[in-house]
Order: sequence, then structure tokens, then C-alpha cells
Amino acid sequence: MAEKVLMKGNEAIGEAAVLAGCRYYFGYPITPQSELPAYLAKRLPEVDGVFVQAESEVAAINMVYGAGSAGARVMTSSSSPGMSLKQEGVSYIAGAEIPCLLVNVVRGGPGLGNIAPAQSDYWQATRGGGHGDYRTLVLAPNSVQEMADMTIAGFEFADRFRNPVLLLSDGVLGQMMEPVTLPDPVDYEVNSKKWALGYNGKDKGERNLCSSIFLDVDELEEHNWHLYQKYQVMTDLFSTGEYKDFAVEEHLCEDAEIILVGYGIISRILKTVVEKCRKRGIKAGMVRPKVLWPYPTHVFERLAKTASQFLVVEMSCGQMVEDVKLSVNGKKPVYFFGRTGGTIPSDFEILNEVDKLVRPD
Amino acid sequence: MGKETEEIIMAGFGGQGILFLGKVLAETGMMIGQNVSWIPAYGPEMRGGTANCSVVISRQEIASPIVIEPDTLIAMNRPSVAKFIEQIRPGGMLIYNSSLIDQKEFRSDIKVCAIPANELAAEVGSDKVANVVMAGAYARFSDMMNFDAFLKAFPTLMPANKKELLELNLAALKKGYDCAQSTH
Repeated sequence: MAEKVLMKGNEAIGEAAVLAGCRYYFGYPITPQSELPAYLAKRLPEVDGVFVQAESEVAAINMVYGAGSAGARVMTSSSSPGMSLKQEGVSYIAGAEIPCLLVNVVRGGPGLGNIAPAQSDYWQATRGGGHGDYRTLVLAPNSVQEMADMTIAGFEFADRFRNPVLLLSDGVLGQMMEPVTLPDPVDYEVNSKKWALGYNGKDKGERNLCSSIFLDVDELEEHNWHLYQKYQVMTDLFSTGEYKDFAVEEHLCEDAEIILVGYGIISRILKTVVEKCRKRGIKAGMVRPKVLWPYPTHVFERLAKTASQFLVVEMSCGQMVEDVKLSVNGKKPVYFFGRTGGTIPSDFEILNEVDKLVRPD
Repeated sequence: MGKETEEIIMAGFGGQGILFLGKVLAETGMMIGQNVSWIPAYGPEMRGGTANCSVVISRQEIASPIVIEPDTLIAMNRPSVAKFIEQIRPGGMLIYNSSLIDQKEFRSDIKVCAIPANELAAEVGSDKVANVVMAGAYARFSDMMNFDAFLKAFPTLMPANKKELLELNLAALKKGYDCAQSTH
């Protein structure tokens, strides 16, 4: 195994993408993710790849559509306002079932907002983001190591499901440096997707077409139910199937009375809170969804039987809390604590919230 | 300090090499096999604005990398002292650049060390390495990272073809280390 290197989260995604066999990047700069295109602008030409700084986010996502249709491993990245611009293309890509990796290093919104870290794009990420009946697989790393590992996993999932995969990160994870052990390179064969426009294997049959246009209503309905069935397969794989452990991290939940729930950088802070709670005799545990869609509902169904309450913490006014409520399904109370606008909640203030819930006097 | 974890905030104005100073600490920690994290305060400001950076070095897995109560504040200019001094945990330490900070009295519940970083850096050839002088001073007080570890980490932080740059930095590191002693 390779030795550890100190890297920024944004750079770790870039290097991991190259190791995953991605040779095409199309994007447009925006803080706090610009180190990623900067890294790939230098790195991709070294491996005969293509880096294009497009004239806009809209152009970039449509270039992704094109390269993905041809069978290549391809990615784009942006931060919140830029991701909004890309949503039309994401919808087309989902409709045409094109695998690709999307990265959102989230910053404060709405609108131009600011460049500080936030988690306020959860709804956009997990509800599709663009128009139409579709889903993207959403991965939520919480360390620089996972920024690399989930990039590799993201490309694999994208190909397996013929679906866009979104890596949902934030300004802290993008900017921070931690030691990373880079994964081994993947041997990706471009000419391996029989549906792709660029497929040229021996068993090449009819001319391929990648499109999201189904003008006939019956055809579109059939297509949408086909997509729906695929999403059901994905949901099963991430809840009861082979990726069920990949989907979630549980920390000290077995005897926990209060379960703290958070994803991404928040989960790191929650781990500190859980540690402090335990020292004070409060039986706290933590659930960290690592996959935000399909949501790890199964874990909450189980824990709703043993825990007495849930506290969801987010860097937003409360978005993922809705999924926790849907999962707990009224069996136990679900509370929320959040900071927004680019503010990161401290372990002290979260501990204070726990105290209020556990010792209501 | 004698702890499982060392949390450091370093601050100054843009151009003083604050982020690099953090990287020196993080790289050194990583080199001796500890867990490390480095987070810059990134803002819209550039040269002349404020810059700060948080580093955690720990024998254990780092849960939250966000530093709220640092064990040590390394302050390169006066506004940095004003901004962060109240955050230092009681019993913690302030290492400050006395070339640019004329203040003498600080909190009574912390240890203080004055380093004339700009002068010491100028003595070894360039006041651009004032940040590295401060890294040398930190080596004096760190429980987890001794001076040798810093010496070993430095070559990986420098371009391989700039030997004179490495020598300049190592000299600055030594200056800071030799100068550092706690005054409280």
C-alpha cells in the first residue's frame, strides 16, 4: 500500500478520479472547490486525459453528458450556485442513464450566498435537483480519506447502475488537509459499455442512442417505471443488500438513549459530542449516513425500538431531519439543531442541546 | 502540555506564511506517525488581509478537526492576539511575534513566549522565514514533536531542486528553537 500523503480534500478527489480511470473533466471554477479543477488541469494531461474549463457550468455538464454517452469515465465539480446551473444537464443525464461523477463542495446559500461551508444543498442533492422523476446516488464523505475512497466508489456505482453519482461535500472537507492513503489504480476499459455510443466490441450490434427524449406518452411512462425499478434495486442494495454496511456508520448506538444524527463534517463534531456525553454519564450514540440517497432508513427503524430520542444536527435550517422523521416514522421524537449561513456548530453548543433534551429541567 | 492531542491556531496577516506554518506542523506530525488535520480559514481576502489556520495533532483518531479552544496560539501580528487570545484554553500557551507585537501583558492563566521572529529571520537571511522561526519555537514546547522531527519533515515541504531554500529554512527553524523559552 502506498504511503500517506498530506492532501486537501479537493485534491484528493482529483487524484482519486485519475486512479479510478477518469480521463475527462469539464467544469468551471468556483470557491471553495477550485483546487479540484486546478489539480486536474495539471494532472489529466500527464495521463493523456482531457481537461476543459468550459465557458459555463451549463456547457460543462453537457460535455459530461457527451463523454459519458461515449463510454468514458467523466466528472464535473462545482459549488452550490454552480450546481444549480448544472441541474438541467443532470436531469438529462439521469434520463438518458449516463454514468458520471458529480461533486458539490457546498457553500452557504441561497443565491450567491457566501463561500463558507454549509449543508444547505441536501434537498437539491437528494431530491434529484432538476426536473422529472429521477434520482441520483448521493455519497457523503467526512474525511479527506473518504473524499478519495468515495470518488473511486462513486465511479464504480455510476457504471453499475448507469446513473449519475453525486459526491456531496462541503467547504471544510474541500479545504482541509489530512493524511491520505491513495487507493490502488483501477484498470478501466473505455470500450466496455455495450450501450455506449463509443462501443466498438466484436458483438457490436445496432447503432446505440443515448437520449432522454420519449415523445410518446406510453414510451415515457414505460421508461420512468424502468428508472423507478432501478432505483428500487439501488434502495434494496443499500438497505438490505451488499452495500448495507457501506451506507451508514453507527457509533455507540447499542445502549444509546439519545441518538445524534449528522453527515459529512458534522459527524466528526458529533463524535466529539458523544465522547463528552459519555464522560458525563449521558448514553449518547451517533448515526452517520454515508449514503444520503438511498437513505439508510433501515437503521432508524431498528434504533427507534431501542433509543428514546433523536437529535439531528446540520449546517442548514433543517433538511435531512425530514428523512430522519420519515424513517423514525413517529415512533420516537426527532429534534433538530442547526447553524446556517456558513457557521459551523461547536461541540459545546450541541452538547448544550443534548443537555436540554436529556435533562429537561 | 503532555496530552494525547495538541491543538494549535496560528494567525497573522496574509503573506506571513500562516498556512505554510500550519503545514509544517501537520507534515511533521504525520511524519512521526500521528493523526493530523489542517484547516485554513479561507475567505475572500488576499494579501494584507487576515489569515489563520487550525492544526490538530493527536495520538488518537481525530474526531472534530474544528479547533475552538487551542492549546497554543501562534500570533504573528497584533490583531491575531486580539482575535484569538480569549480562546486559548486555561493553562495553554501563547507564542507571539514580538517583532510586530509590542504588547507585554496577556492573560495570567496562560504561558507566554515572545519570539522576535522578523529579526531572527532577517539574521538568517530573509524575513520571509519568520513563520518558520515560529515553527522552531513551537518545537521547543511540543510534547509530541521534537526538533529532530521538524528537521526530518522539512525536506518534503520544499522543492527538491532548491537546496539553498532548505538550508535557509532549517537555519530559521534552529533560530526559533534556540530562542524559545516560556516566561510565565
